[in-house]
Amino acid sequence: MAGILKIVAQRLALGLITLFVVSIIIFVAVNLLPGDFAEAILGQGATPESVAAIREELGLDRPPVVRYLEWLGNAVRGDLGTPMSQALFSAYSGSNAGSGIGTVMEQIAPRFRNTVYLAGLSAAIAVPISITLGILTALYRNSAFDRAMNIFTLSSISSPEFFLAYILILFLAVLNPILPSLSNVNAEMSFWSSERFVKTLLPALTLTLVVTAHMMRMTRAAIINLLASPYIEMARLKGMSPMRVIVKHALPNALAPIINVVALNLAYLITGVVVVEVVFVYPGIGQLFVDSVKIRDIPVVQACCLIFAAAYILLNLTADIMSIISNPRLRHPK
Amino acid sequence: MSVWMWILTILIVILAGGWMFRKVGQITSGNTPYFRDMPYGVAVGYVAAALTLLFVITTYIKALSAEPGAEANKYFFFKLAIHFLLISAVAAWVFRWLGRQIGTAGTRKLFRQMPLTASFGILVIILYALTAIFAGAIAPYGQEEILGNANVVPGGDPNIGGDPKYPLGTDQIGRDILSRLIFGAQNTVGIAFATTCLAFFIGASLGFLAATLGGWLDQLLSRAVDALMAIPALIFALLLMTIAAVWANKFGIPLTLFMVVIIAVIDATRVFRLARAVGTSIVVMDYIEAAKLRGEGLTYLIFREILPNATAPLLAEFGLRFCFVFLTIASLSFLGVGIQPPLADWGTMVRDLGQFINFAQFAPQVALTPLLAASAIALLTVAVNFVVDWMLHRSSGLKE
Repeated sequence: MAGILKIVAQRLALGLITLFVVSIIIFVAVNLLPGDFAEAILGQGATPESVAAIREELGLDRPPVVRYLEWLGNAVRGDLGTPMSQALFSAYSGSNAGSGIGTVMEQIAPRFRNTVYLAGLSAAIAVPISITLGILTALYRNSAFDRAMNIFTLSSISSPEFFLAYILILFLAVLNPILPSLSNVNAEMSFWSSERFVKTLLPALTLTLVVTAHMMRMTRAAIINLLASPYIEMARLKGMSPMRVIVKHALPNALAPIINVVALNLAYLITGVVVVEVVFVYPGIGQLFVDSVKIRDIPVVQACCLIFAAAYILLNLTADIMSIISNPRLRHPK
Repeated sequence: MSVWMWILTILIVILAGGWMFRKVGQITSGNTPYFRDMPYGVAVGYVAAALTLLFVITTYIKALSAEPGAEANKYFFFKLAIHFLLISAVAAWVFRWLGRQIGTAGTRKLFRQMPLTASFGILVIILYALTAIFAGAIAPYGQEEILGNANVVPGGDPNIGGDPKYPLGTDQIGRDILSRLIFGAQNTVGIAFATTCLAFFIGASLGFLAATLGGWLDQLLSRAVDALMAIPALIFALLLMTIAAVWANKFGIPLTLFMVVIIAVIDATRVFRLARAVGTSIVVMDYIEAAKLRGEGLTYLIFREILPNATAPLLAEFGLRFCFVFLTIASLSFLGVGIQPPLADWGTMVRDLGQFINFAQFAPQVALTPLLAASAIALLTVAVNFVVDWMLHRSSGLKE
């Protein structure tokens, strides 16, 4: 057990270092902007006064290392700075109040919750379906069912998200009005309300289509990989039913790669929401990110990027640790 | 919720149907081993498949016999999808049959072993390549040509606002959509192809270099790639595109050029990983040792010894990487920061025409155009994936 704790601690430390490096990359990338972004954003119409005001508001007049450390320190404490739009507003009006925009954190927090809800709902639908289908296709491999599923999953993996989204909108919202095509979720809806559920269902189904295929194929491959092992042969020769052979003997040993691919796909869900959120106008962090990219609101872009990267690293780390824990040879060393 | 009741009923019908099907089979066939030993799951599968087939056929018959109007509009896309599936299956079959008759002994053998999906994939790729190369000759109008009437309805029927001169109608500022779709093949596919080649050039050469030289260079490159890969690709691309937009404005360099470089660098990290992994397993081989002892230089080692032995995995990766790059570019364009107008591009077309989907009930032709652009993207990636899947299957001799 001590060995496994050490490995887990090592992975955690590695994850922290990665996150640190990633924050440096993001910061450096943003500082590649010509001049600084007060000038870059205000562009031709900038007066010296407004540039100076924005610089002061965002603290751009200090050396990059100091700014980086300050940004990182504040980010750790949950303060992600002031959005460009807010800085512009107060630079022109002279006061902070009344813009209704607030800090980056105030913008992100409710949207982050929405995104987690969407990703969670998709995962709750996708994971059971894909593992069941993976087991079934492994069980009936090379049958007509397996071939049909292969074609179906290959097609849905390789279609762009917006294509799947529009197909679902076309058939489930426009031609047969079962679900709403716009996910105008708002803060008044409680987390567990059925209204929120129904409005999130269509984007969640799109994401499910995208990730199910990948998870299912990996589950199938992981199980089929094991079927050549002697102990499976043994179980089969004992006269066990094929279903029992796979569920009781092959599945526990295929668990590590399956958990891995599930965690990786959850990481994909957190970041892959961007396009889906834009199609369904779902008020999540992905949409905020794209909007900020378009108006070049650098502080918000920076913060969203950091959050996405952190979620991505965290889930990859979880995948790593879970696959270590699910390996009995590591759990019970001799 | 009546929807839930429907789902429940269908489930019960399928589950009970499976049991009945097996029972009836046992009785009528005199308890032959096939039915006697049939697992319950298989029986349910047969019933579910039969029900699905029945549903598709009845819907198709309804679609064929529907009166023009709201009823026909409802089945318009379903009918189209079925027709497309049938036509593509026949086309793939004919193409495979032709491949088996014409060509050298080698290619004929290849076509004999080919599944229908792979021949479909190859056919589609050839068609796309031809469209992209001869776009200027095929397209009836130029891609930037503004032709007068905006928002002409597709279908060419003057009674509902169409124009036979523009079979797929015109867009919001009066450009011919058919021409833009054809030129989209040139722009979208061409840019994606160039980006993939650049990514492969960077990734593979650095990867092989790291594998052959090892030491601090390998460590440095590998750690740098690890750090870059820790940021999700689409997010990183969007961040860099924000910054590139400012640079592009300042120096007047087209943003599309920046996009090519940015995506190539991001995807080169993935290629690097593979090239390095393949390279390190080749570098320890005896023939590399022999070449080193002969005193061959680095270039010879990489291009004459390692590269030929790494072609198969790299080729499969090229196909997959192309799909990723193509989808990333399409997504960026869809989000409005990718290929810039006035170049015709499928992602941008989907975004511009997307809202017309909501009119599908009243005028299905109008909803067709954004879906055509989106399915042009999907069709190519599906085709490439089919071919790559077949190639991987063949080269690995997959178990079972």
